[in-house]
Amino acid sequence: MSRPALDTLRDDLWRAVADGDEAAALELVREARGSVADAETLLVAVVADLQGRIGAAWAEDRLSVAQEHAATAINDRVVTLLSTPETGGAAPPRRGRVVVACVEGEWHALPARLVAGVLRLRGWHVDFLGAQTTTRHLVNHLHRTTADTVLLSSSLPTRLPAAHAAISACHAVGTSVLAGGAAFGPDGRYAGRLGADAWAPGAREAADVLATGVETSASGATRHPVDDLPHLADQEYTLVVRARPRLIKQTLADLSDRHPAVRRDDDEQRERTAETLAHIVDFLAAALYVDDSDVFTGFLTWSADILTARRVPALSLLPALDSLGEQLHDFPRARRLLGDGAAGLTHHTRA
Amino acid sequence: MDSPPSPSHDVVRNPVSDLDRTPYAVLRLGPDGAPVGLNARAARLLAVDAGPATVPGWLAEAHRGLSSADGEGDGYAGPVGDRHLEARPMPERDGTVAWWLLDVTDRVRADRELQLERERAAVLAQVSTALLSALNVDRCLELIARTAADHLAEAVVVIASAKGRRYTLALAGRGGPVTLDEQTLDPAQLPGLAEALAGFPPPTPRWIVPGDLPDWALAAGPHAPVRSVSVMPLPGHGESSGALVLLRTAARTAFGPAEEVFVRSFAVRAGAALSSARTFAEQAEISTVLTRDLLPPVLGPLDGVEYAGAYRSAQDADQVGGDFYDVHPGAGDGDETFVVLGDVAGKGLEAAVLTGRIRSTLLALLPFTGDHGRVLDLLNQSVLLSRHHRFATLVLASVRRGPDGVTLRMTSAGHPPPLVVRVDGSVEEVPTHGTAVGVVDEISSRTAGVVLAPGETCLLYTDGVTEARGGPFGDEFFGEARLAKVLAECGGMTPHAVVERVQVVVGEWVGGGRHDDIATVAVGAPRVHGAPAAPSGDGP
Repeated sequence: MSRPALDTLRDDLWRAVADGDEAAALELVREARGSVADAETLLVAVVADLQGRIGAAWAEDRLSVAQEHAATAINDRVVTLLSTPETGGAAPPRRGRVVVACVEGEWHALPARLVAGVLRLRGWHVDFLGAQTTTRHLVNHLHRTTADTVLLSSSLPTRLPAAHAAISACHAVGTSVLAGGAAFGPDGRYAGRLGADAWAPGAREAADVLATGVETSASGATRHPVDDLPHLADQEYTLVVRARPRLIKQTLADLSDRHPAVRRDDDEQRERTAETLAHIVDFLAAALYVDDSDVFTGFLTWSADILTARRVPALSLLPALDSLGEQLHDFPRARRLLGDGAAGLTHHTRA
Repeated sequence: MDSPPSPSHDVVRNPVSDLDRTPYAVLRLGPDGAPVGLNARAARLLAVDAGPATVPGWLAEAHRGLSSADGEGDGYAGPVGDRHLEARPMPERDGTVAWWLLDVTDRVRADRELQLERERAAVLAQVSTALLSALNVDRCLELIARTAADHLAEAVVVIASAKGRRYTLALAGRGGPVTLDEQTLDPAQLPGLAEALAGFPPPTPRWIVPGDLPDWALAAGPHAPVRSVSVMPLPGHGESSGALVLLRTAARTAFGPAEEVFVRSFAVRAGAALSSARTFAEQAEISTVLTRDLLPPVLGPLDGVEYAGAYRSAQDADQVGGDFYDVHPGAGDGDETFVVLGDVAGKGLEAAVLTGRIRSTLLALLPFTGDHGRVLDLLNQSVLLSRHHRFATLVLASVRRGPDGVTLRMTSAGHPPPLVVRVDGSVEEVPTHGTAVGVVDEISSRTAGVVLAPGETCLLYTDGVTEARGGPFGDEFFGEARLAKVLAECGGMTPHAVVERVQVVVGEWVGGGRHDDIATVAVGAPRVHGAPAAPSGDGP
């Protein structure tokens, strides 16, 4: 394989995918397999890169939501094509059985699909449970089949509480968990905090870690999930989640009262504002859950870039943070997160 | 009062009677640590018959520590022979120290026994908790083998019957990994094993001197020659769950009474857990087989038309529910493909069983699909006649690829009308309506025709989509308007991407809340390659 050939392939594939031309994309990959690079390299170096480009293009408003979906759907097919070991090739060594699943409420299945693909190529028997795997379904599956390890994927930090529930449930039935995906932080720090037995930043790394064996501490069944996160004793997470609809309604009302521009919004604009507020509350809750302000501030600065790309002033988020701070005046941790978030947002926007 | 011992000890310089009046053993040590006197009790304790008393090392050290630290201390204790003594210092004015010695052998022994008992109780509690959640047979066997190897014997084999003369074996050596294996073996090779596996006659656990151990037992990897073997039954619910073979390499073979209680409790818990895991596996197998035909089919391209489906059950752990869909290819070349999507009143497995009946009835009615009205009429009669009849709503579609695109004949029976997504993103409702089946004898319906140009899609959906509750305020219906808005962004998308998009948006709308069964099927005319995905977007 050569680097320029990979670069050319990336560009050609990006054009085909952005164009929605599934047949062309699949043909490019079929030709490249073996001649440009092996299937694993194509999965990791080309498909993952492609998905990154799709996400970035959407964030910069160069791709509509529908186009992003169409592109991702094609990329999915490409992964499926690459994940089947080549006929006639040397059979990979037979390894154990693992489960690959996305956390409940996590709809981004592609990273998990990529991991499943790389593992299959390396000879693992993979049960791929797909996007949005409910914890009950996951545990049922573990009861029915004997898997060495569960590879749990999550992209959105708002799914961290659900990820924690899934990790604890896997431990309770004696199965170890390897966590992966952007939700667990760039250095995987939330994976450790939620009790995962291992973490990997990418598909190849996950396969490498798995090859060395992932063991779980045997005390899983006797451990209570709250032992991992003693700060949850202050109930702030629980109360914020319970008050979610009320917080959103009140913040929306405050914004209308204080800002004439918001008052003039039509129903659709108000609904979009409500959705943004829902995201803010969800990320605040996730940050409370893992007790880390980076989760919240990271979301705000990411949103700021999205808003800027759509010609909406990013600092328009600040009044919402103020209103939430007033409503949550009895919640010291939430107030600290909101303060850090506002400071981070201001700094990011001015930089 | 005891008579003084014969003054044969050459170290005695003090009146012996002084010491002998004290009710405890006393040993007096000089400043240099040499014994300067002892009473008869001390002589007995220290087993001094003749010659000078030997001062135990720990006491000598305590004595040295005393003179340097200049003060009293306590907590001095140590062994003398097979006894355990506690020592308390009493410094005298002349610089010697009278050490009062207490025989605490029994207390120490009791403490040790208590400690051991606590550890056993802790092991039992921990393993019980772990076993309680191990509903997987293999996991359960592993857990039993590991615990037994850590606490009961240097190497163990757990044997559970699989099928016929096949057995599942879990082998473990102390500190090593557990390996699972399935093999054919003859229980008669090991005395007591056949009885343990049969659960009858009630076998008594006992240690036997091993004759020739079968190879499968040696595979457990005892690191030294096996000196004794014990075969324990693992009692299940009404039958034997299996047997536990303990291989000991240590010299000590028999169980003490406390150990025996521990081993028996462990075997009872392990057997019960294994039995539960077996029962669960059997039930799971049964439900898998029974629900296999009720699962939604996987859809793909057929006769030049693309199909995609997505299903989310109300009970998220189940894979089945009261919504259903099927795509049946036409009998011959150029025949129409028959698509049905429907919703039976009710939820869960019971509703799923009814969808199974309706789906097989429709399969039988395939020859009549040229006339949707007739199919619905016959289905209606069949549902009304059925013993557990419930009403159902459905949409029928007959699909054919023609020169001008894909033509569909569609009929709704009390079901939300399908929506067509044009390439330009406009969304149209298919003008069909009719009566639900299973309610009244006479039903009517109106069939409508639709033509899809390349890149256009028709979406069939159940009311689980529009009646999904959630959103930012938590309790709003998703509704037709939002569905139409989502579809308006889907112009030119493949059916696969359309159903996925709808599932994701509705899923995010619902969040973690409750929802009904949600089913969607998209029928699409394949795009001509090179045509823009969505002319409205400014693609890169």
